[in-house]
Amino acid sequence: MASKKSTKEEKPIDIFKSKLVPECRVLSEDEQREFMEKYNISKRQLPLILPSDPVVKALEAKVGDIIEFTRKNKIAGLSKYYRVVVGGIRG
Amino acid sequence: MIINEEVNKIAKNKIDSIEFKMLSPKLIKKMSVVKVVTPELYDADGYPVDGSLMDLRMGVIDPGLRCRTCGGKVNECPGHFGYIELARPVFHIRYIPLVYSFLRSTCSECGRLLLPQADIDKWLEKLRDAKGDARVRAGILKEILNKTKLIKKCPHCGAKQERVKLVKPYTFTEKNKKLTPIDVLERLKKVPDTDSELLGISPAAGRPEWMVLTVLPVPPVSMRPSITLESGERSEDDLTHKLSDIVRTNQRLYENLSAGAPEIIVEDLWDLLQYHVTTFFANNIAQVPPARHRSGRPLKTLAERIKGKEGRFRRNLAGKRVNFSARTVISPDSKLAVDEVGVPLVIAKELTVPERVTEWNLKQMKEYVKNGPDKYPSANYVITPDGKRRVISDETRETILEELAPGFIVERHLKDGDIALFNRQPSLHRMSIMAHKVRVLPFKTFRLNLSATPPYNADFDGDEMNLHVPQTEEARAEAEILVSVASNMVTPRYGLPIIGAIQDQITGNYLLTKDEDNLISQEDAAFLLAQAGVSELPKKSAAKKNGVKYYTGRQIFSMILPNVNYRGRSKNCPKHPHCKDPNCKYAQVIIEKGELKQGVIDVNAIGPEAPKGKLIQAIINKYGHKEAIDFIQRASLLGIAYLQMIGFTTSVTDTDLPSDAVKEIKEAFDFAEKNIDKFISEFEEGKMRAYPGRTVRETLEFKIIEAINRARNKTGRIVERYLKQNNSTLIMAQSGARGSLLNLSLMSASVGQLSLRGTRIRRGYRNRTLSHFKWGDVGPAAGGFVRHSYKGGLNPTEFFFNAITGRDTIMDTSMRTPKSGYLQRRLVNALQDLKVEYDRTVRDASGRIVQFVYGGDGIDVSKSDNGKLLIPKEDVLK
Repeated sequence: MASKKSTKEEKPIDIFKSKLVPECRVLSEDEQREFMEKYNISKRQLPLILPSDPVVKALEAKVGDIIEFTRKNKIAGLSKYYRVVVGGIRG
Repeated sequence: MIINEEVNKIAKNKIDSIEFKMLSPKLIKKMSVVKVVTPELYDADGYPVDGSLMDLRMGVIDPGLRCRTCGGKVNECPGHFGYIELARPVFHIRYIPLVYSFLRSTCSECGRLLLPQADIDKWLEKLRDAKGDARVRAGILKEILNKTKLIKKCPHCGAKQERVKLVKPYTFTEKNKKLTPIDVLERLKKVPDTDSELLGISPAAGRPEWMVLTVLPVPPVSMRPSITLESGERSEDDLTHKLSDIVRTNQRLYENLSAGAPEIIVEDLWDLLQYHVTTFFANNIAQVPPARHRSGRPLKTLAERIKGKEGRFRRNLAGKRVNFSARTVISPDSKLAVDEVGVPLVIAKELTVPERVTEWNLKQMKEYVKNGPDKYPSANYVITPDGKRRVISDETRETILEELAPGFIVERHLKDGDIALFNRQPSLHRMSIMAHKVRVLPFKTFRLNLSATPPYNADFDGDEMNLHVPQTEEARAEAEILVSVASNMVTPRYGLPIIGAIQDQITGNYLLTKDEDNLISQEDAAFLLAQAGVSELPKKSAAKKNGVKYYTGRQIFSMILPNVNYRGRSKNCPKHPHCKDPNCKYAQVIIEKGELKQGVIDVNAIGPEAPKGKLIQAIINKYGHKEAIDFIQRASLLGIAYLQMIGFTTSVTDTDLPSDAVKEIKEAFDFAEKNIDKFISEFEEGKMRAYPGRTVRETLEFKIIEAINRARNKTGRIVERYLKQNNSTLIMAQSGARGSLLNLSLMSASVGQLSLRGTRIRRGYRNRTLSHFKWGDVGPAAGGFVRHSYKGGLNPTEFFFNAITGRDTIMDTSMRTPKSGYLQRRLVNALQDLKVEYDRTVRDASGRIVQFVYGGDGIDVSKSDNGKLLIPKEDVLK
């Protein structure tokens, strides 16, 4: 929160080029349905991600979208993780 | 199940949701069954007075009696509230802060919030938008309060506002005049619902004037039971004492009011009533003297019942005491199996296991009952088929024996082979509680195998441990399968065994297998193997001298091995004393088909904790945990037996060095000191060149430290070179059983540089560490360099520096342990109810997903090989 000055011309940075940002994509509506059915859950039971997260901004995901992350880990190898984009207050 | 049925009888409705609201005077009266008016508790006959605090309508506490309100017995009647009609209103101590903000933020004339109507509407909308979000709500409320509390004129009626002050603990003043609870009550009544909502009390939760008490609820007697002492005297609960103070003062206030007593007397009584009501809620309020019992002990009132470590939550709900448990000192017994626990006879006679009588065990059960409670094995209680529990004593024995038939349950003494849970605090692990098989033994300590020591982090310097006896068939089965020592020997932290041979057991196996030509006579071999529980000799003897067969140590070790293949490396090369080759082929340990073909057995093969115990892991992979446990047992017995046979001692002599070595060490240090002197004079003459990015002083420091380190390393090598190979301390270090070469050279050669917080010692006097040194002395000795060894003896300054670092480390550990303990506690509390569901997701108690596959790869580390699933192909059981 040090400096919140937003210069008008923000240089677009491709955050996905960073090795620290996992591969991610927004699930389509069909995929969402299938996914929720698979785990038998509602969106409230999913891990969250804030709309202010750079990844959400870059993907242009909307509140309620589910984002799939493909994580790479030295020990566990490739694994999938899912988060739902939430509003300011939990929706 | 029985408890549930009983609860269902009383509670007709199940809780669906809970709302927190304020109690209105109306509701208090409505929920009450008694109006309490008399401070006397009992009449002359000792019978509770009607309308007193012990009124029989408020519930029963005496067994046998029935409640006058609901007709229930002691365990059926939940108790019923009463109330006290207060002669004058008083403040509720916990609402003082909220009342204060109401008084400051509302108009003293019209009761409106001190903001223009437009603002009120705006804030109300904001607040309602926030809904249940507590954080947002709290922020809004705080802002409203800050905006209104300094306003001088009411925007609604134009009245001038005086500043209300709170004189702690519970007096409000305005213009140096006291505001009585009556005044405050009147003001709060005038505040409209919408304005009240903006100050934190929504109309659904109640009205602000309810914060001032006019009626006080009296909790049911079942919440404050009186105890009848042996002398027949009654001792009342602290709450009852406090309530009777309130009733007494209240009645006096009534009388004085109706008699028209002077205002001073009324004021005094009113104040006293306020004090009693305040201490009834909480007895540790600042500036309020705590109400005391006759003995001088502070009373334990409502808040103290709930709060803190001794309170309802932490004492009664988060932690409970259990039956069928025991605790004593532990001591070692290497002849016990690793998954056994030795239980003292006195404890075995106290702890029982319920066993159902059937026609097949009837004879045995009768035997137990016949033995009576004092003999062993016997039983303490029987439970008849209609659920009655009967003590077995010398008097009852005969009758019970006659009645005993299938369908009875006999609570028999603990006996060999029973399952019990064994635990040592702090329980930081799941391995801190494991199921052991009971062995009933004489004397008064719990006995456990030394190899079971690492998971509990136990030693025998006075440690105590707890034992719990599962009481149902399900619990026993679960304990045996999931909690047993065998199924917990691989830690879920890194997937290698934490149970293994330790200390002397490792040394023994090391010496046995170190030399390939270590010959052992047939007689000795038979003795060793018998000690380890093996009843066969190796098939082929290695040599024959004078008609006596000889076997090699490796052959004997092979006899305790199951049929496994294993390739690993030992800590050191056993063949050459100073082998420095990291890939030396002699350090390779090869086991083929259960035969130790090459190499030496040390910690890396049979020790506990990573990255050791690889051989044990190989056995687990092929034969499972039970066989591994048995192998550890055999290995430890063999190791100890061999050590006892050859004799093994460590002594001060282990630290002796030949005079040549002493000379070399002296030379090394003299050389270093000469170099350092050179550096210092260079520095003082300003000739020293600084390292890049460093000051000259720092450069000097680096150079000194480097020279010292080089000398130290050299002495280490000298010690290693001159030590004899039969040096016991060295053997222990090389086998990995205990200690290290560093420890040895600390004792024999030199302690070396002491460091305080990562640097040489620099604190102390001005420009020097001790008055023994010259000003500005930066030499080795003044910086905490200890040239002497522990055995050789430290000189006074060295000793002092050693004491400095010693204290510092003690301080450090004694501060760090509780800190990391609390950190662990918070972590465990946060994670405790996470669970892997059947769809392999990790979820919390409410079903929220934490991980989609446990650990990202779904591997249960405790069932893996060092975190990997792979089992070598050749080891797969055919």
